[in-house]
Amino acid sequence: MTVLEAPTRQHKKRPPRDRQEWGSPATYFIAFVFIALCLGPVIYIILGGFRDNSQITNSPAGFPNPWNLDNYAEVLASSTFWQQVGNSAIAGIATTLGVVTLGLMASFILARYTFAGRGAMYSLFAAGLMFPMTVAITPLYILVRDLGLMNSLAGVILPQIAFGLPVTIIILVPFLKAIPDEIEEAASIDGTSRLGFFFRMVVPLSLPGVVTTGILAFVASWNSYLLPLFILSDQASYTLPLGVQAFASQYSVDTAKVLAFTSLSMIPALIFFTLFERRIVGGLTGAVKG
Amino acid sequence: MIEPAGGAPLLTDKQPPQGTVTAGDGAHAASPAAPRPRRRPTDWRKRLEITLLAGPAILVFVSFVIFPVVLAGYYGFFRWKGFGPATDFVGFENYMIILQDSAFHDVLRHNGFILVLSLVLQGPIAIILALLLNQKIRGRSLIRVLIFVPYIISEVIVGIGWGLMLQTSGSVNGLLESVGLGALQKDWLSDPSIAIWSLMVIISWKYIGFAVILFLAGLQSIPDELFEAAAIDGASYWQIQRTITLPLLGPTVRIWAFLSIIGSLQLFDLVFIIWGQYVASTAGTSTMATYMVANGRTSGNFGYGSAVAVVMFLISLVIALIYQRYVLSRDTAGALTEGKK
Repeated sequence: MTVLEAPTRQHKKRPPRDRQEWGSPATYFIAFVFIALCLGPVIYIILGGFRDNSQITNSPAGFPNPWNLDNYAEVLASSTFWQQVGNSAIAGIATTLGVVTLGLMASFILARYTFAGRGAMYSLFAAGLMFPMTVAITPLYILVRDLGLMNSLAGVILPQIAFGLPVTIIILVPFLKAIPDEIEEAASIDGTSRLGFFFRMVVPLSLPGVVTTGILAFVASWNSYLLPLFILSDQASYTLPLGVQAFASQYSVDTAKVLAFTSLSMIPALIFFTLFERRIVGGLTGAVKG
Repeated sequence: MIEPAGGAPLLTDKQPPQGTVTAGDGAHAASPAAPRPRRRPTDWRKRLEITLLAGPAILVFVSFVIFPVVLAGYYGFFRWKGFGPATDFVGFENYMIILQDSAFHDVLRHNGFILVLSLVLQGPIAIILALLLNQKIRGRSLIRVLIFVPYIISEVIVGIGWGLMLQTSGSVNGLLESVGLGALQKDWLSDPSIAIWSLMVIISWKYIGFAVILFLAGLQSIPDELFEAAAIDGASYWQIQRTITLPLLGPTVRIWAFLSIIGSLQLFDLVFIIWGQYVASTAGTSTMATYMVANGRTSGNFGYGSAVAVVMFLISLVIALIYQRYVLSRDTAGALTEGKK
């Protein structure tokens, strides 16, 4: 029995339209143009950080000449930047852990228990997919304020966990369903309770799905703007997106420094993404396919 | 590597070989009616496990997602500054004001414009790009990473970067000047006849990579045999695309369109960062969400802001339900409507 091979991706196969090994030059050309358009603004931000303001004023679209490292050095030396990186990291990690733990437990129930109200419970979470935080933000702000969590990262983390649950559950439920019943039966014959089965078998077997949902939650938290904007008004509690924006309005005349700050703040998400690109893309398409 | 939900779940001998496992019809529905093995948990124990494992998620979800929406419905009937209990009950007055406010009519128009143009601009371009990139070319996985970069960067960075590029003394005008097209220089962000198009360019830039990646995944899940059979029958490349690829890509496109519609209705970050809360309305880029924030929290009218949230919620809900009923119904197979069947 190929029990441990859990779900493997089927769409590894490639379509057969590859008569020439290299494809046509036109394809490369269009791909190149598209990528240049995608990366152009990003490169503008990164290179802009290496220029100084007079260069930017004289030639807004030019290259750094000479290269100027001061902007990046100043940002890296500022404690504000590192404090915001720290806040973003705490919020991201706590959100991720919360989403994954709660989501995995609930998905296990939804995937492997039969009980009245299971359909309703699934609908409840699935409905959450349709309504991003924007709609609920005003009352959410009031709620967080009444809980006394203003200006604390917990006030950001808890709602983020709640809003991250739908995607997590939608991704994990089919994944957990795919664990064959035989494993559960074997565990049961060996005297393991259902909870034991959950901790000893389900958690390790669902690790790939958990990683995907965890990355999605982390990146969403790292980039989130609206909720911190409402909850965090104290500079010391700012996460990076708020910090970047505050920096941009505070130093609006110092364009080069703003660009340096901005490009440094996108590095973590970019690294994270490059490392886990397959999982993120797989997770997104999995989520979309239901 | 074990990949999660991207592919079809492993089919065991017990599960019928359905193409799609409809979410919600449990693993046990698939197993025959034979009694489960020994040591079946007693009923109270099962209930305890369900409460213990699903309880925390439900609690957090209901407290921070469902409850605020209900709360908005409540506060929407009050004139309330956000402090102390809401006592000044005004009935539907907030809603009357919203529906009669010409600024709200403007944001509805902007949201509608963004919604339609997002579909019309991004959809066809993304499908064509996905078809092109689905051919066997060198460096395909690198291309996949690179076109996804704009999607992974936060809205704040995108907003600040594009804002600097598009300002009158920014790099776009600078670039036009240096290539001799100085006559085309525009005030990209403040001119009301241009600003919303600039916004569309930024939105497309940010989100089209997501559409392409989605469509690529959809293309790769189409079985090779179909293409082979068509090729043997002498179908040309474009015939194959038109008669096989596009119809089979349908479900992916419809889901993408759904996500795009919801995203367009909720658009906030980019507009708020680039245009701020006051300039957006004069530049013609304000959205329902920026209207809500500007007239709710910023001006301290929490009752009114809540009413706007309710209107947004209802508009999104109605559009989502209509879309599901008439467009998605044939392929989601209960992914979102499970339990209502």
